[in-house]
Amino acid sequence: MANNEPLLRMQHIRKVFSGVVALDDVNFTLERGEVHSLVGENGAGKSTLIKVMTGAYNRDGGEMFLEGVPVNFRAPEDAQHAGVVAVYQEVNLLMFRTVAENIFLGREPRRFGLIDWSKMNREAGEILRNLGLQIDPKAVLGSLNIASRQMIAIARGVSLGAKILVLDEPTSSLTEREVGLLYDVIRRLKAQGTGIVYISHRFDELYAVCDKVTVLRDGKYIATRPLAGLERIDLICLMLGKQREDLEKKGATAFGEHHEAQMPEPLLETENLTRGRRLKNVSIKAGRGEILGMAGLLGSGRTEVARAVFGADEVDAGKVSLEGKPLNLRSPSDAIRAGIAFLSEDRKAEGIIPEWSVRENMTLAALPALTSLGVVSRAKQNEIVDKFMRRLGIKASSGEQKIRELSGGNQQKVLLARWLCKNPKFLILDEPTRGIDIGAKGEIQSLINELADEGLGVLMISSELEELVEGSSRIVVMRDGECAAELRGKDISQDAIINAMAETN
Amino acid sequence: MAEAITQPVAAKRGSSSFADYAPTYGAAAALVLLILANVFLTPNFAALDNFRNILVQVTPTMLVAVGMTFVIATGGIDLSVGSLMAIASAVAAVSLDYGAYPAILAALAVVTLIGAFNGWLIATFKIQPIIVTLALLIAGRGVAQVISNGGQLIPFSNPSFEFWGKDSLFGILPVPVFVMIVIIGLAIFVLRATIFGRHVIAVGGNENAARLSGISVNRTKIMVYALSGLLAGIAGLIYTARLGASDASQVGQTIELDAIAATVVGGTALTGGRATVIGTVIGALIMQIITTSFNMNGIKFSYALVIKAAIIIFVVYLQRPKSH
Amino acid sequence: MSHSETLNEINAGAGRSMRAKIGSFLQQQGALIMLLLVCVIGFARYEAFLTPENLLNVLRQNSMLGLVALGMTFVILTGGIDLSVGALLAVAGVIAANLADRGLLVALSAAIAATTFLGLINGLVIAKARIQPFIVTLAMMIAARGLALAATGEQSVRITGANESFNWLGRGLIGDFLPVPILILIIAFAIGWVVLNHTRFGRNVFAVGDNDEAARLMGLNINRVTIAVYAISGALAGLAGVILASRLGTGQPVAGIGWELDAIAAVVIGGTLLTGGQGSVLSTLVGVLLLGVIFNLFNLEGQISPWWQLVLRGVILLFVVVVQNRLTRLG
Ligand SMILES: Nc1ncnc2c1ncn2[C@@H]1O[C@H](COP(=O)(O)OP(=O)(O)OP(=O)(O)O)[C@@H](O)[C@H]1O
Ligand SMILES: [Mg+2]
Repeated sequence: MANNEPLLRMQHIRKVFSGVVALDDVNFTLERGEVHSLVGENGAGKSTLIKVMTGAYNRDGGEMFLEGVPVNFRAPEDAQHAGVVAVYQEVNLLMFRTVAENIFLGREPRRFGLIDWSKMNREAGEILRNLGLQIDPKAVLGSLNIASRQMIAIARGVSLGAKILVLDEPTSSLTEREVGLLYDVIRRLKAQGTGIVYISHRFDELYAVCDKVTVLRDGKYIATRPLAGLERIDLICLMLGKQREDLEKKGATAFGEHHEAQMPEPLLETENLTRGRRLKNVSIKAGRGEILGMAGLLGSGRTEVARAVFGADEVDAGKVSLEGKPLNLRSPSDAIRAGIAFLSEDRKAEGIIPEWSVRENMTLAALPALTSLGVVSRAKQNEIVDKFMRRLGIKASSGEQKIRELSGGNQQKVLLARWLCKNPKFLILDEPTRGIDIGAKGEIQSLINELADEGLGVLMISSELEELVEGSSRIVVMRDGECAAELRGKDISQDAIINAMAETN
Repeated sequence: MAEAITQPVAAKRGSSSFADYAPTYGAAAALVLLILANVFLTPNFAALDNFRNILVQVTPTMLVAVGMTFVIATGGIDLSVGSLMAIASAVAAVSLDYGAYPAILAALAVVTLIGAFNGWLIATFKIQPIIVTLALLIAGRGVAQVISNGGQLIPFSNPSFEFWGKDSLFGILPVPVFVMIVIIGLAIFVLRATIFGRHVIAVGGNENAARLSGISVNRTKIMVYALSGLLAGIAGLIYTARLGASDASQVGQTIELDAIAATVVGGTALTGGRATVIGTVIGALIMQIITTSFNMNGIKFSYALVIKAAIIIFVVYLQRPKSH
Repeated sequence: MSHSETLNEINAGAGRSMRAKIGSFLQQQGALIMLLLVCVIGFARYEAFLTPENLLNVLRQNSMLGLVALGMTFVILTGGIDLSVGALLAVAGVIAANLADRGLLVALSAAIAATTFLGLINGLVIAKARIQPFIVTLAMMIAARGLALAATGEQSVRITGANESFNWLGRGLIGDFLPVPILILIIAFAIGWVVLNHTRFGRNVFAVGDNDEAARLMGLNINRVTIAVYAISGALAGLAGVILASRLGTGQPVAGIGWELDAIAAVVIGGTLLTGGQGSVLSTLVGVLLLGVIFNLFNLEGQISPWWQLVLRGVILLFVVVVQNRLTRLG
């Protein structure tokens, strides 16, 4: 009888966090060999649902059946034993240990009670090869890039005999080429009958790999549909709870046309920035009111440029000047004082202070301006918080809620507000819309546009080519720490960027 | 739809202060309980003299613990405080001939500088605080003994110095207690309301984020350890003034552990990013009242240790942060 | 171009850092190099240094701290810390001294059982009540010292009468030259090395210190690992305490004061990170010996007053840690 049952059935799931209902009567069904996407706005409850699914949270109501058998996971290890394995938004592996150890932790092959290292490395190599990956099992995990780490997390899940693999925004830190690799792996697993739950805010991906989609909105179950034949705009309507007519006027991104042919008044200029082998003679110019896009593969030096301009890393040589005046950048505070702001790509490690409230996180960089005689004005803080919570539509119970309790996308908005409230002259955005839902993405994009129109200079680093193409007036493409190309006006296209990123010399 | 979630904004703002102090309530309740129990069980406990005595005795630990709270808030720890007390004591004792206030200034300047040196090592070399301050704990005790000619007891008679340990204001408020209250008040204000206080906690909460938000992490750390050194120095001087002699080999021995215990009992997290001076005050009082009441009841030192340990764990357990 | 080629290309950057490799090698061996250097200085300056008696003496004197530091290594590898070892050592010494006349086996097993149990309590409270190791073991340090004092009426316990077998533990010789404590030290470190590098438990210790949240999500029973390492630390502190009692001929309730800090210093000097997840037992042995030899040189010098010794110890500790830190950051 178990054979007629779906792989996983969740019914009437409910989860409450100190008064906030994160999930309310949610249903979810996963079949064998199915790639099933969960979509919804930031804070809709996607991450919460999969945490319930994988035993990381205990549910407050509802039932769960695995192959028809009722289950009740009290911890992630319970779920793992039952074959439900998750790869989380932030990859959770052991950085100091080798690839093989990460794959086999807790079930290392043994001989005479001692670990059989050669067997372990050999088997790890096999598992990786079966997934079409060529990674040295003896490499220390921390020395690999994020894409590889993610693959290893998946490999571990697969080798555990996972029946269900849960991927929460797996591509948010991958470049397009790496995403392709992930697709390959997903298709292989699907063919073997593994059920896959896939969360992503990027619609291209949903249509590329998913069979079905379940929509959540404000913690409630809205619908489940096959993706084939479902138009994008209808999916967005379901997510946002709007009618089709309301949306039809808007384009795919909210940037609108922002291509400008002539060079605007110069604002920020770098000259021959060099830092070890990561940055080589990078010279870029950005104008007032211009959105300068920056593309490149992971590790191509995109983030390094941003960090150098912001004074976060010391450079070996090179100059940065703002409004024609050379800057002496020894630390971020120098850059901030000059009017530069930087939204980091790594929200958790470099952005939020998890134990702090939304208010304190949002006003952290602006504190000097809110302080007289060393005393911070609570009233001025509240003013900023009220303004930006409204302006960016931040979903939190109040400004006093701890930021770690917010969904990923809402945390991102708070961090954006941290910089906007300082009225910077030049804003560096590293993957600004990562993890942000399609509605909010549009809002943020048009906000950036508005700010640029008011004279703000923007450097926008993004892995999403569509966003770059539509949003930027010029695009710098980085490769191996160098400016490989600069595209402007009619030259800008996704193909042109890809060619410039990938070209080898 | 968003309104449903955003609507309680106004209502929630008022209650925020409750959440701020929640970790302290367990300790506060424990303190009240401890005092009540002693009032009934310990003869002569509820006397003004006794309370005054408790406050005088807790002063050194309290001052050190307040400094420790700032250090721990940044995610660090300062084991060197006891040795810094000894150095301050020795420096003051050997320079009293130049007058009480020059001696006090010299002593405080030296320990503040050593504290800043701690912070400088920790910040620039990125070495773990526990090991840097351990080295200073060892070396500092040696330095104090070198200054005092091999750790000899140096008695002195200098009324204007001894004023800070032995006298009372208006005949009722002992000077050390007065100093302690002023410093506690300042510390509460600095940590809660000033930008420096915010920076301290931000550094402990997420150092990278703090740096990228324009906070000078190194300067904050150096200042915090310098502050800890300064407060340890004041504690050492008050203790010395009260004793009427400088005992560089004994002053402040193991006080770092009492101070850390008081801080943690008060609800400050050793991981940094969360700190409360009021909690530390309560924690230090709890520890002192335990010791005093054991003494008054004639409980043997050895048993007192065991019970003290149990109380520390119990109070810390009461206020550990809740998670689902 | 296939996707795995892509990945290889991307990862090619990872093999880049020869300097990082040298750095990490030096970091692991930095203490060893320094130990050799100190030995060369000793050899050049003092005739008495490179004699078998002196070297065996250094080893024997440091064998107890070595055992404590070995246990501390397990704890620190999980990202924890154990401040109670000095007090546990005293508890074991007192128990063993009281039972010495029943023979080595009884005294040793009773003492070690007791300290293992106290270590187990450390681990249980840390794991189950989720209180930070620093504060739990600090409380245990206070409590165990209290127990040792209470049990002895705050007096030393003299070991009287002929207790051949018990005395052998601290003072005996194997083959007329190798002191028993040194043999125990060597065996303990050998076992420690095998356990950490070649058993699942050992790898779990590393995993917990590396990223406990990840280890938990990977299905590891973190609590069990945590409890076990504190029990091991307690057991080894107990063993050290019994050896000390046997050597001194008394069980002292005030023995081992400050040993926890020496042990931590030895572990860190060896190159094990206090944050956990990285380190080894062999580097701890090197750390213990480095501290021991430096102290030995002070003694051979003979002129240095105790307080200048303190100053020098602190400064050398700082120096070693700073140098090691510079080496690590080459990468
Ligand atoms: N630990 C928590 N404590 C309190 N509230 C929480 C907690 N975790 C999540 N929430 C709330 O539950 C809701 C759903 O959050 P969840 O993280 O599931 O959103 P999401 O759909 O994954 O969003 P995103 O796309 O931004 O990642 C949010 O309103 C969030 O604030
Ligand atoms: Mg999420």
